[in-house]
Amino acid sequence: MAFEPKQPQKELKYDELRIYSDEELNNYTEEELKNFKIKHDIPLCEELESGPWPSFVADAKRGALHRRKLGQDRLLIEQDVIEDLLGQLELSFKDGEGHWKHGGIVGVFGYGGGVIGRYSDLPEKYPSIAHFHTMRVNQPASKFYDTDYLRTICDLWEFRGSSMLNMHGSTGDIIFLGTFTEQLEPIFFELTHVLQQDLGGSGSNLRTPSCCIGRARCEWSCYDTQDMCYEMTTYYQDELHRPAFPYKFKFKFDGCPNCCVASIARADMSFIGTWRDEIQIDQEAVQAYINGEIAPNGNAHAGKDWGKFDIKKEVLDLCPTQCMWMEDGKLMIDDKECTRCMHCINVMPQALRPGKDTGVSILLGAKAPILEGAQMSLLTIPFMKAEPPYDNIKEKVIEPIWDWWMEEGKNRERLGELIQRQSIRKLMEVLDIPAMPQFVKEPRSNPYIFWKEEDVPGGWDRSIEEYRKRHKR
Amino acid sequence: MALSTERLGRYNPDKPMENRLTDLGPRHFWQYFPPIIQRNYGKWKYHEILEPGVLVHVSETGEKVYTVRVGGCRFMTVEHVREICEIADKHCDGYVRFTTRNNIEFMVDSPEKVEALKKDLMSRKHVSGSYKFPIGGTGAGITNIVHTQGYIHCHTPATDASSMIKSLMDELFDLFQGMTLPAQVRVSMACCLNMCGAVHCSDIALLGYHRKPPIIDHEILASVCEIPLVIAACPTAAISPAKTPDGKKTVKIKEERCMFCGNCYTMCMALPLADKEGDCVTVMAGGKVSNRISPPKFSKVVVAALPNNFPRFPEVCKTVRQIIEAYAADANKYERIGDWAERIGWEKFFEKCGLEFTEHLIDDYRLQYDTYRTSTLFKYTDPAWEVAKAVDGV
Repeated sequence: MAFEPKQPQKELKYDELRIYSDEELNNYTEEELKNFKIKHDIPLCEELESGPWPSFVADAKRGALHRRKLGQDRLLIEQDVIEDLLGQLELSFKDGEGHWKHGGIVGVFGYGGGVIGRYSDLPEKYPSIAHFHTMRVNQPASKFYDTDYLRTICDLWEFRGSSMLNMHGSTGDIIFLGTFTEQLEPIFFELTHVLQQDLGGSGSNLRTPSCCIGRARCEWSCYDTQDMCYEMTTYYQDELHRPAFPYKFKFKFDGCPNCCVASIARADMSFIGTWRDEIQIDQEAVQAYINGEIAPNGNAHAGKDWGKFDIKKEVLDLCPTQCMWMEDGKLMIDDKECTRCMHCINVMPQALRPGKDTGVSILLGAKAPILEGAQMSLLTIPFMKAEPPYDNIKEKVIEPIWDWWMEEGKNRERLGELIQRQSIRKLMEVLDIPAMPQFVKEPRSNPYIFWKEEDVPGGWDRSIEEYRKRHKR
Repeated sequence: MALSTERLGRYNPDKPMENRLTDLGPRHFWQYFPPIIQRNYGKWKYHEILEPGVLVHVSETGEKVYTVRVGGCRFMTVEHVREICEIADKHCDGYVRFTTRNNIEFMVDSPEKVEALKKDLMSRKHVSGSYKFPIGGTGAGITNIVHTQGYIHCHTPATDASSMIKSLMDELFDLFQGMTLPAQVRVSMACCLNMCGAVHCSDIALLGYHRKPPIIDHEILASVCEIPLVIAACPTAAISPAKTPDGKKTVKIKEERCMFCGNCYTMCMALPLADKEGDCVTVMAGGKVSNRISPPKFSKVVVAALPNNFPRFPEVCKTVRQIIEAYAADANKYERIGDWAERIGWEKFFEKCGLEFTEHLIDDYRLQYDTYRTSTLFKYTDPAWEVAKAVDGV
């Protein structure tokens, strides 16, 4: 099954797009790097060069040397930008305080997001990071790349920016770290015209959606996470680039309840793959696990001797609903009782698989602690088919929710906070859905029900005169 | 159409709308899948971890894709990305993938290619000696730590990120390369309460935190900030309008009400909180995002404040190690840190981890009642006897 992009995409060939020659890309020796000193003294940063884990300081130094050897006439922002960044980092360690100014409104024309303005508060001391704006570059779904693409953005970013980037930022974008205001529009034009590639979201808008690896390389994905992520990102470009929301809004797409992109903790709208039929069982493979022929949990516990696999102890007894048992040597599952937690499937991936009738559960309102405390997403839609072009999800869930939130949400109020302020009952009205016990862990323990007039026989219109005929003052 | 080398490239500042392309979205994912991934999309049958950092996924078609996962710094230079490309070109037909936890995955289609790839990856070191591409981060071990920007780029941090993560991953390197724990341990790090990473649901979360109320820059506050928005931004209503002696509009802060969230600073640059002595690292534990066995959970605060001891954070490294070792020694197979703590009781968690339980760890914010123990079900540990002694109970 091949997928087609919304518009045909031109092939990117690095050799046709490149800025730097091979000689320029290999312009220093290991000996030079060993002896290289940046322009600032950075003893604290240099303490971070030892130890087995990759050292970002060592990497930054080679980036700095590479820029020096390229020379200023092959770079559009200062060649020593990395050196100044390390210098300011060193000072921040000493001061125990960062040295970036608060805010700074910059961007590209017509977009309200995608660029984060940043300025050093010591521009005289570190002039090459006086401006240090970042740009969020929308990553391809689940972050697969080819080297033509990566090498091309490297040349672009070395030439017009700091050479430093994040692969990737927390929301999933490629983050170009640090350039001057003058270069923002030129970079945007290169991205759109040459790379046919857009910026991601920032500010009070739809943030760059992200997804798990899905069907590309996982046997558990209950829907096409990449396809849905791509479709929602391209369909809602206006919401992504032009802030019209009370605050940020995140979509994340997890293929199964293992939640590898943490949608349940991080997304205002979490799409989590699930199924409504039976877990598929291969009884022969179950026996192979019992007989010790296949290591449990995909061999994830190989580093320690946990003893022989015990299906009762490791699977049946840990099942949270106790809906599994062995009968005549066969594994039985009462699927009506199953809550699809994935444990048994995780332990015996060669024997058990999610069902075939799959879709998504949609949960709403997760966020980090600012302001009223952290929230995880609320189970709202238990099951929904998720097939291109996802019109049911757009029309019945996403757009009514946005309409409500844009109408009622206060400045900087996340969806989860609006739900708490206006109640699940209000959410049910917005989505035109009935009550289900699955919304809650348990029913309320107080009887303070906000009865509505229409719920009560005879309504609320009563006469005190009539009342007094029955009850003297 | 090559990349432009003109100073302003294709952009004409005199006609900013000319030839402007917008709303293109991301590049389409399909073209970046290696052919074996394209051929087997949606056909994967099962997977196995062959050794720490090396996975095989087996398709219904019989094809197998081998993945070698290596740790990556989220912060990298184009030099590092070009080296990743060099490896991908040499071994993987020019394809590579990044994970949500900043790992890098190289995929090949035969065991022979795995061996050559592994050898190449482990041989690449920075001149200072650290690995560039350490293999690991799979199964019941520690995978890469997701983190925020810190002093590298952020204007609100209460600590630095890249340095703490480098130090901590050095400390936990054996656990990154091994699969010796009862279950996976996800460590996450955020430099302030804004938490641009999902640290609030991690097995271990490290959080930079301010501990001094904002300093008020009365001189400029009214001219750079919307005072009503600043007042509304405070979740505890600690901020109110005020006037300076010379009659300028400003705000005053009831300091005893401040919980140091920094939301006022987000709204107003005239209220900085950062402070060398005040800023600290809070350690949280027991959260998760997976629905496996038990529902997803928030991480709980287990150490209120550790010092910002730059650049190597020895106290943070020691504390995290201590928690993981206690967990590794005591938890059952498949049990996450939070599940373990709930089974043994949080009082036992502190005892086994050798962590002091201080008053700061008792919730006194809005939903504190949810954390009250309203039963006689508890275990005896030393702090309980201290309470008993304090009232002459024993």
